[in-house]
Amino acid sequence: MRDDAAARAPRPQRRKDHRGPGTLMQEFLQQVLSGIASGGIYASLALALVLIYNAMGLVNFAQGEMAMFATFLAFTLIGRGMDYWIALPLTIAIAFVGGIVIQRVVIRPVERAPVLTLVIVTLGLATLINGLAGFFFGYLPRLFPSPFSVQTIDIFGAAASWQDLGVIAVSGVVLVLVFLMLQRTTVGLAMRAAAHNPEASRLLGIRVSWMLALGWGLASAVGAVSGIMVAPILYLEPNMMQTVIIYAFAAAVLGGIESPLGAVIGGLIVGVTVNLAGTYLPGVGGDLQLAVAFAIIIAVLVLKPNGLIGRRAARRV
Amino acid sequence: MALLELDGVRAGYGQTRVLHGVSMSVGDGDVVALLGANGAGKTTTLRAITGGVRWDGIINFGGRSLRRATTEAIVRMGIAHVPEGRGVLTELTVEENLRLGAYLRRDGGGVAKDYDRVFGYFPILRERRKLSASTLSGGEQQMLALARALLMRPKLLLLDEPSLGLAPLVVRSIFEIIRAVNESDRVAVLLVEQNARIALELSSRAYVLEVGRVAVEGESATLKNQESVRRSYLGY
Repeated sequence: MRDDAAARAPRPQRRKDHRGPGTLMQEFLQQVLSGIASGGIYASLALALVLIYNAMGLVNFAQGEMAMFATFLAFTLIGRGMDYWIALPLTIAIAFVGGIVIQRVVIRPVERAPVLTLVIVTLGLATLINGLAGFFFGYLPRLFPSPFSVQTIDIFGAAASWQDLGVIAVSGVVLVLVFLMLQRTTVGLAMRAAAHNPEASRLLGIRVSWMLALGWGLASAVGAVSGIMVAPILYLEPNMMQTVIIYAFAAAVLGGIESPLGAVIGGLIVGVTVNLAGTYLPGVGGDLQLAVAFAIIIAVLVLKPNGLIGRRAARRV
Repeated sequence: MALLELDGVRAGYGQTRVLHGVSMSVGDGDVVALLGANGAGKTTTLRAITGGVRWDGIINFGGRSLRRATTEAIVRMGIAHVPEGRGVLTELTVEENLRLGAYLRRDGGGVAKDYDRVFGYFPILRERRKLSASTLSGGEQQMLALARALLMRPKLLLLDEPSLGLAPLVVRSIFEIIRAVNESDRVAVLLVEQNARIALELSSRAYVLEVGRVAVEGESATLKNQESVRRSYLGY
């Protein structure tokens, strides 16, 4: 079974007798930092889930597969000799358009159908995209190139890897851009209005259906970033996102499923928690880290069903 | 020619028919009241006009049929509809609600002037503009809904029970503003009201709906003084 982002972070040896308190602190900082890097990836995918949850009252079960497919496109572009920093924005743009097309072609005809229909449609979409990726690109795990060096840099005595810092920077920039778009632009305002109250929005002249499609485009674009960021840490293959999406679910639920900001905060908390649990809790390395994500989901649903930032019961029929 | 014309409009929800052939008209710059008991079809009439319910018959606005138009397209033609429950977006701030009122407008200078004007009508909205719309009282939400509709610069304003749940003093001031806007901009108003007394004072013509049909129509001043009409339809 493949490892996930957190599990492949530098694994400490449990030989505390040879270390002073300084090294312990450095190790802790290092783990927190690489937790933030994984958290940025989870946050991007969680934000994608939240954007679509707000638009159709349901998470998109195909979100991870859409991100994986976009990552294969980036892989193909880079493999054909395109520079990474051109391939990245180009792939994001293609994913954006792809998201809109999927909403128009697949989702719109069943927009008013019962929730269960939509669940089946997005599950079917996930299976379809997974199969298409296997058909076009094969199931062989591939090494995805990273533009960031594996060297480390000293930050407050902790050895931070350029890889982690790069992931944090790219996710950070993308998340800030999405927030500026949603909070500061008129189209972002119309998107929020359309998602919250379609009836009232139509009466203001907002083309609600197109705003929902735009939401899908945006979600698909943000999801693509998470795929491209996680691919160098995992291996690129059609099932790559299947663990990442669990962490993203945990992050989205933790943040209250309706709140974009909550999704980002949730992503960071999940990333750091899972990484620290993997480092310091005996027995929670590798695959058991996924159990930590499930524990978070269950704990939130039992203790605080509205999440950290949720304003009302996370239910919409 | 009338700005808005309805002829034999039938509409309903699923198998339940609510309107059984409603005919009425609103002239340019007119204030028309639509009265009637609960369930008579007043709200459904407004919803038919802006495409919120399926209907048969004829609805023309500015000489154009609204037969196949979507709600968004109808709004873009110049109809602002303040629905039942006001349609305030409570997840957004007061200011964001107002910005959405000006969503379709491309004349930045005119919009800025209109902001000053609606803040002149409703100073409380300027004070509360950074707050979430959910923190407003019922009266303030009604003011916000009306201010937002005015920012749309409509030719026709559809108001669904603007007095509902509000203190009499607040109702007074809101109706005075509706009158002021109608007089200064020649905005036509179709006003649905339970409060027949105040609606007849503001309007020049009125229609009384009874079980999905127009039972009485005429000049508001005449209806107001007609003993029989008052007793059987208006309840005061």
